[in-house]
Amino acid sequence: MVLQDIQTSFEKGKVNFIIGISGSGKSVLTKCVVGLMEVNKGEIEFDGRNFTIMNHRQRKEIRQDIGMLFQGSALFDSLTVEQNVMFPLEMFATMSKAEMRKRADWCLERVNLVGKNNLFPSEISGGMQKRTGIARAIAMNPKYLFCDEPNSGLDPQTAIIIDNLIREITYDLGCTTVVVSHDMNSVMEIGDSINFIHAGQLWWKGDRREILFTENKELNDFVFASEFMKEIREIMQKESKR
Amino acid sequence: MLLMQQVCSKPERLAIYRIRIVQEIDKIGVQSVGIVALLSAFMGAVITLQTAANIDSAWVPRWTIGYTTRQSLILEFSSTIMSLILSGKVGSNIASEIGTMRITEQIDALDIMGVNSASYLILPKIIAAMLIFPFLVVISMFLGIAAGALIGPGSGVISLTDYISGIQIYFEPFQVTYTLIKSVVFAYIITSVSGYHGYYTKGGALQVGESNTRAVVYSIILIMISNYIITQLLLL
Repeated sequence: MVLQDIQTSFEKGKVNFIIGISGSGKSVLTKCVVGLMEVNKGEIEFDGRNFTIMNHRQRKEIRQDIGMLFQGSALFDSLTVEQNVMFPLEMFATMSKAEMRKRADWCLERVNLVGKNNLFPSEISGGMQKRTGIARAIAMNPKYLFCDEPNSGLDPQTAIIIDNLIREITYDLGCTTVVVSHDMNSVMEIGDSINFIHAGQLWWKGDRREILFTENKELNDFVFASEFMKEIREIMQKESKR
Repeated sequence: MLLMQQVCSKPERLAIYRIRIVQEIDKIGVQSVGIVALLSAFMGAVITLQTAANIDSAWVPRWTIGYTTRQSLILEFSSTIMSLILSGKVGSNIASEIGTMRITEQIDALDIMGVNSASYLILPKIIAAMLIFPFLVVISMFLGIAAGALIGPGSGVISLTDYISGIQIYFEPFQVTYTLIKSVVFAYIITSVSGYHGYYTKGGALQVGESNTRAVVYSIILIMISNYIITQLLLL
């Protein structure tokens, strides 16, 4: 069993983080929440709607409210940037081709990818691929946005751009965002609510201020893994006592 | 069976599926015309020459060469052997394309959007192959026989008149129907087996390679078994 006894909720309209060491079960938890994996026991609810007992058609309806950014972006290789963003609209939206194109342009403008419409995923950088992934995820105006390791493989500057983009989109669109990450920079930058998964269980929950002063050993080992971070923690604790 | 149930469920947007079928007809069929034409022409020529080389007796009429070429091409080469070759080209292409989509989470992305990924990816390929394979078989038969007509008289092993007599004699139109039926069944086998192995790929590049191999091997085995069953049912 990968996960057990996890009971948590994600704050509406906020950036919620799931953090933990590699292999702790955070990606499995996300896959269970979005229905890519089935849970053996328990319930997953979206605004009071029990996802676990829904039939295929009902799940399909919920999924149109979900946008997801994958770790490797998961863009369709054979489609251009614009076609990738338009894909969910073409499959589900009842709008004209011109309206779809307008919506795709808006999404690409939102992620600062103006003029990249006709490029293929192989022709753009990793950061641009992530931004295209975000544009595709928000194309259907989702209520729930899931981001699996959005910063993996990116340089620190690009990572901050992606973080800020996720925060802006969350607040502007009013969606509930869940970010799976082990990047503490991202957590401290944009995390409103943090869930720490350890050994398949929800080990700790709190916000980014609380995480600095927690006495939870496993969480401290994770957050303050390096000597440098430990020193910073000591300085911060001394400052807060003054 | 479960995958096929998923594949055959109602499509989200028929218009998109129609476009995908046309794209797949191009990819599976039109882009295979070259290899089909080349192999069929050479095979027709070689069958003609080999038959001529093996018929020494004066008791056997020369038109037998044309007759043998026609029968070999119509009954086996153009449908069965060509499908075995296409299982390597088309089957491995399908398995690697879908397998790569699986390991790069593109299939998960489709599922998250609420798209029936199995149907979206596999159904257009099955329909496209079932529509285009009979045309490839017809091209193969025509070019094979035509190559025999060119090489046989050209190399002096048979006159054009004898060859034409041979390809016309004892002709049973049902044999063409039989070979077209076989091609439709083989098209289904190649695309569905390859789609299955690609769709259930787990792991990385190594596993995509293994899926390709399995797709081709199982397609070949199933083609041979179904070839026997169809022949037993339709010709005897």
